[in-house]
Amino acid sequence: MSFLKKPKISHPGLPTNEIGLTIRDYEGAMSTLCAGCGHDSISSAIMQAYYELSIEPHRVAKVSGIGCSSKTPTYFLGGAHGFNSVHGRMPSIATGANAANRELNYIGVSGDGDSLSIGLGQFGHAIRRNINMMYLIENNGVYGLTKGQFSASADRGSTAKKGDANPYSPIDPVLLAISLGCTFVGRGFSGDKEHLVPMIKSAIKHEGFALLDIISPCVTFNDHEGSTKSYAHTRANLRETVYADFTAQHEEIVAQVDPGEFKKITMHDGSRVGFKRVDESYDPTDRISAITYIEEHRSKGEVVTGLLYLEESASEMHSVLGSNKQAMATLPYSKLNPGAETLTRIQARWR
Amino acid sequence: MTTSKLNDFVIKLANVNGTGSASANGMLMKSIFRMGIPVTGKNFFPSNIQGLPTWYEIRISKDGYLCRSGKVDLMIAMNAETYKADLAEVDPGGYLMYDSTWPRNDILDRNDVTVLGIPLSAMCNEAFESARAKVLMKNVAYVGALVALLDIDMDVIENLLKETFSTKPHLADANIQAIKMGFDYATENFDCPLPLKLSPMEATKGHVIVDGNTTAGLGAVYAGATVTSWYPITPSTSLIDAFSLFCQQLRKDPETGENNYCVIQAEDELSAIGMVLGANWNGARAFTATSGPGVSLMSEFLGLAYYAEIPAVLYDVQRVSPSTGMPTRTQQCDIVSAAYASHGDTKQVLLFPSDPSDCFHMSKIAFDLAERLQTPVIVLTDLDIGMNDWMIPEIEWDDSYLPDRGKVYDAKQLKDMDAFYRYLDVDGDAIPWRTLPGVDSKGAYFVRGSGHNKFGGYTEKSDEYTDVVDRLRRKFDTAATLVPAPIINIDDAMPREKNYALLSIGSCDGAIREAREKMQLDGQGNLDYMRIQGFPFHKDVAVFIDQYEQVFVIEQNRDAQLRQLLTVELDIDPKRLIPLLSYDGMPVSSNFIVEGVTALIKQGHAA
Ligand SMILES: Cc1ncc(C[n+]2csc(CCOP(=O)(O)OP(=O)(O)O)c2C)c(N)n1
Ligand code: SF4
Ligand SMILES: [Mg+2]
Repeated sequence: MSFLKKPKISHPGLPTNEIGLTIRDYEGAMSTLCAGCGHDSISSAIMQAYYELSIEPHRVAKVSGIGCSSKTPTYFLGGAHGFNSVHGRMPSIATGANAANRELNYIGVSGDGDSLSIGLGQFGHAIRRNINMMYLIENNGVYGLTKGQFSASADRGSTAKKGDANPYSPIDPVLLAISLGCTFVGRGFSGDKEHLVPMIKSAIKHEGFALLDIISPCVTFNDHEGSTKSYAHTRANLRETVYADFTAQHEEIVAQVDPGEFKKITMHDGSRVGFKRVDESYDPTDRISAITYIEEHRSKGEVVTGLLYLEESASEMHSVLGSNKQAMATLPYSKLNPGAETLTRIQARWR
Repeated sequence: MTTSKLNDFVIKLANVNGTGSASANGMLMKSIFRMGIPVTGKNFFPSNIQGLPTWYEIRISKDGYLCRSGKVDLMIAMNAETYKADLAEVDPGGYLMYDSTWPRNDILDRNDVTVLGIPLSAMCNEAFESARAKVLMKNVAYVGALVALLDIDMDVIENLLKETFSTKPHLADANIQAIKMGFDYATENFDCPLPLKLSPMEATKGHVIVDGNTTAGLGAVYAGATVTSWYPITPSTSLIDAFSLFCQQLRKDPETGENNYCVIQAEDELSAIGMVLGANWNGARAFTATSGPGVSLMSEFLGLAYYAEIPAVLYDVQRVSPSTGMPTRTQQCDIVSAAYASHGDTKQVLLFPSDPSDCFHMSKIAFDLAERLQTPVIVLTDLDIGMNDWMIPEIEWDDSYLPDRGKVYDAKQLKDMDAFYRYLDVDGDAIPWRTLPGVDSKGAYFVRGSGHNKFGGYTEKSDEYTDVVDRLRRKFDTAATLVPAPIINIDDAMPREKNYALLSIGSCDGAIREAREKMQLDGQGNLDYMRIQGFPFHKDVAVFIDQYEQVFVIEQNRDAQLRQLLTVELDIDPKRLIPLLSYDGMPVSSNFIVEGVTALIKQGHAA
């Protein structure tokens, strides 16, 4: 592989997943982010999720834009191809890649700057097309890589390191995505891996566009007092709604019926997501009430988290287009070439 | 003063956009083609859906010249608004037909033009019921008059109508009625046929009439393209429309009925090219089509594709720029912006088709080159090629063709090797090997636009960076050996002009060929002529230029962009490259070239 991998020491004692891989097989190159950066915690949750789902790394394709967050695909799943594209344009790369090969598993990593400013258009249109992919926004309220300018997700009144308050109202990717018809919308916190991993697993298994907005504090530029995206502020203001538990299809038989679960949704491959109530009033399958709930709590300064909206029945891009089940990229040329005789027939119409 | 012009004249039809003239005019052109007489049709249309003036120019040429001659022999002046200008454009000795329902004796101020008045509106108002038919059938009626005036074969017209309306016979009847009305009026009121007339030939056998966007779209189907994404823009839209339509007809899986193609209308051109890169990275042949403004938007991604070495095919159907310019007029104005599309030291591979035939064949070449070289290939066509009706020899296809997918390691090759490194020059041709996602984790690497070394790893080390970009420069030397060689036309039958030669690209070709022959016949010189087909320039380009004191570089833009490129890339003394430029938005005519070249030669001799 063409990058620096962490030295791979085999740990005979490490547990393996169903395809015989250990968690180390899901690692990537050494991270070059700041120590304590939220993005690194998310990478580790991603590795855990793919490991637990026993997905072969090379069947995953990683795409990203530009930013500290967008660098992270190098730091996980070293056995997967990756594409670090241009700023704000990852959704189009993902769409084209998915058009060419629907059989792979797609993970897109972006930042709040990447998705909500320069890339807002592409972000919205990837949702509209319902590309079958997991899309993560590692949301820190700033442009980390260009040294801490406010991003479009920064809350009004949140202060920069030097004290200036942000005068503009924020774009909430979760509300935006739900209103655009996104079929899977969740919000998590990089500091809460326990709830992040099952949500990522559900997002990976969702057929269609799965957005995860993950609050991921930037320790260097946006973790001070006065910032609404700091570790402390996020922890203090989390508003948990429902927790999603992910159960793979084959585990179903042994899984205990959990009395706390109030809703189960079966995914396309037969696995299922079970919802546990945290807030009695929340229903993750009702779009209108979800929007109202999130708006209400946002106006109180709370960060609503959980698997906030899920619709498993909508059609992803290929079923809308009526594409072959087989990947375009692997169709043999014999199936693509109409042949000389056909050409003669076509040209008869041009006389 | 009228001389007989058998099978050799120009009809120009001046209409109002949105009145249904296009199909009548197309039928007129096609009937001439079916009489075996070489013919082409050019559309000069406005950026408008209804109401503005539009023209269709039909050139009939027994000698097979397919460009604009620069003259008009017969004007069908159906647009009152442009009547004066249309009359002024007719060549002395020519004819003008108009709708004499509203007589115009007051402004018929040319006595060297014969005016033919036909009360088309009056006739159609009387004969047809619906308001729509009254408007549409006027067009068909003037075609009917031309059947008599030009001696068009009535059977040919009737058959065409029957074919066109095979599913709506009542429409065929109405059309035939209108044809007969026009025909009868002309026969009764004028001396038919005119000295401008047609007589059947056998010169269109083995030929077809088609536009270049259709053939480019079809070429992409035959090249095995499976993914396209685009954002609508004139004059490129019909290329994607053609691809989609052919795919609907030819690319449904016979067993499952599923599509073996994906057509995605993007939200803008940035996204369109992004999808194309994503798809090519993932192993599909994918392309987009746009025009100048779109290329500007795509240029950031084109830099990434160049640097990260991702194949892509982009058709740029050029139109008059800058900005929105005149979007329905033609130019060759994106040569420099396409050649150096993007920031930094970038260079792109270009192909220059000259007609719809090239559009088909160069599609295949474009995809092969893009994958062989792992870089974008831009096919620089233009509105004249893309949207006008050209007569070309029937396109042939060799069923033994197999796409050149370039250097891609498969699973077995990966298994057998110790390690894979993305950007190594293993073979000494400066083209590295690539791998596709999903095949084997040993082939995994990270595509990035940031600095990378030859192993594919991130770098900010100067020597590692220069190592890669120097190889990319060498890759362009390889590209120069792979692009199609220039086409050099030398005529040894008479003494050759030693000091001067002609050089051009793309759609100037037809006009230059005719101009050359005219100049030969008129004793104005026998000039060698080279048409360049690709960029980076093939080695034969410099060899040709070196033979002459001066080379006239003919192109359709204001700033002599091809000449700029030749000067910079081949280090040629600019004084030896003399520009001859046509940039008014009209396809360049043979007349313009004869006059321009003659004047340049005179100047050269005087100097
Ligand atoms: C076209 C373009 N404009 C500007 C930049 C500079 N730039 C790089 S990263 C970035 C912001 C990234 O912010 P975000 O997506 O939030 O990522 P973070 O670093 O915060 O994780 C900007 C503006 C660029 N790379 N490309
Ligand atoms: S600058 Fe902020 S976002 Fe970037 S790596 Fe450091 S902590 Fe993370
Ligand atoms: Mg950010």
